[in-house]
Formats: sequence, structure tokens, C-alpha cells
Amino acid sequence: MGEEILSREEMPIAREDDVVLVRRRVRAIAAEQKLDSFATAAVTTATSELTRNVWVHGGGGSAVVEQIRSAEGRVGLRVTFRDRGPGIADIERVLRGGYSTAKSMGLGLSGSRRLVDELTIDSEVGVGTIVTFVKWRAF
Amino acid sequence: MLAIPILKLGRVLLVNVNVELDDEVATRLQNDVLTAIERSEAEGVVIDISGLEVVDSYVARILAETGQMTKLMGTRAVVVGMRPEVAATLTRMGYVMGGVRTALNLEEGLLLLGYKLQRV
Repeated sequence: MGEEILSREEMPIAREDDVVLVRRRVRAIAAEQKLDSFATAAVTTATSELTRNVWVHGGGGSAVVEQIRSAEGRVGLRVTFRDRGPGIADIERVLRGGYSTAKSMGLGLSGSRRLVDELTIDSEVGVGTIVTFVKWRAF
Repeated sequence: MLAIPILKLGRVLLVNVNVELDDEVATRLQNDVLTAIERSEAEGVVIDISGLEVVDSYVARILAETGQMTKLMGTRAVVVGMRPEVAATLTRMGYVMGGVRTALNLEEGLLLLGYKLQRV
């Protein structure tokens, strides 16, 4: 069963300032969805980490922010990050954490995964990376 | 370009971080704090982050690094006022904020540095 998409907006990640803009937008939508303050901090922080990855490692890209409703009627926030960077050769290793390129703590992906309900990575070396997360509002 | 003010109280510097930190502002704050320590011969710095709703691993690292840098200079830094949501988020991410001391609020932070605010 697929989810119903209640709203969708795409934001560019083309400048360093966009990291703040995307993060702010996600926080505003999380508040609109009435996520509690801890869940709001979690999705905002995960967005910050993943947007920064797109900018620093992926050389820019985009974020798509969607409000969704599951077949069971659950409301959630889904954010998809796309870049055309070098891609990730060893996703398992990245998700275990401690994998560090450039200046990152290596916490971007592994840390974000711990903050959300679902996180998927689709990456091809030399083509780019798509990271998607979902956070459901608690009933 | 936005700069975060650094106040001097006795031999302690007070920094109230109440704006969202992007990379540039965070790095500049780090430099400004270190320069202010040298200039004022401060024996401690209290960095109040109660105004920050979001602290990602980048900003957390800047704060921890600032703590380490102040230590190298022979002074002490205390990060105070971390919100519950921020503490929970950083810990759930697996971030360990070493290198800098923390206190509940400004008063407790000053107390850690040996200062107590009293009515006279």
C-alpha cells in the first residue's frame, strides 16, 4: 500500500545558506504537523546533517519535503535528498558510523538514521546518492 | 555579517548564542572567543546555548573544539543551557561531546568557574 502525499515542495541545495533554509522549512512543517518538540528537533537535526552531506560531499542537489499519510491513516514527514556526487561505495560501513570523509564526523548518515523511523539510501558510484527518511507522528 | 557579542563580567566572558549558527558564523564565533580571551585575560568562558533549538553534529563539534582550544590557552570553557531536545538528539545520534564541560544554566556555569552571583 502506498502513501498519500498531502503536500510536496522541492528546495535546491546549491549554496551553503541552503542548509539553513531547508532545515528551517522542515522545522516549520514538523510544527505544522504537530510533531512533539523532541521529534521536531530530531527531524530538523537529521535534515541539517543530510543537507550538509549533499552540499559538502555531493556538490549540491535538492531536498523534497513531503507531508504524507499512510494507508493506516498515519501522518508523517518524508524528506528526500538527492545529489550527483561521487556516490557511496560501502553503504553498510557508512551506516555503522565512524566512516569519515572530508570534515564530517561520519555521523551524518548513521546519526540521522537513529533519529528517524525509516531511512533508505540509494547510491551509485559516479552517479549520485538519494537518501530518504520518514518520521511518523506518534498517535 | 552577523557577529555574536562577547560580554565581560569580572574575569569571565559570557557568550549568548541566540542565533541559528551556520558554518561561517560558528567558525567566526570560535575565533572571536579565542581572541577575546587573549585580550581580556579571562580565566573562563561561559557559552550559553539555551537559545538554540537545533545543534547538529557540526555545531556540536565547533562547541567541543572551542572548549579544547580554550583549554590549550590555559583557560576554561563551560557550555550552559542545552535544551532537553538538543541533549536527547545529540545522544541519540551517537554524538559524544567531549572536551568541554557543561552546566544546567548560566548561574551553574559561573559556579563551575568559581563565581557566585550575590546581592549586596
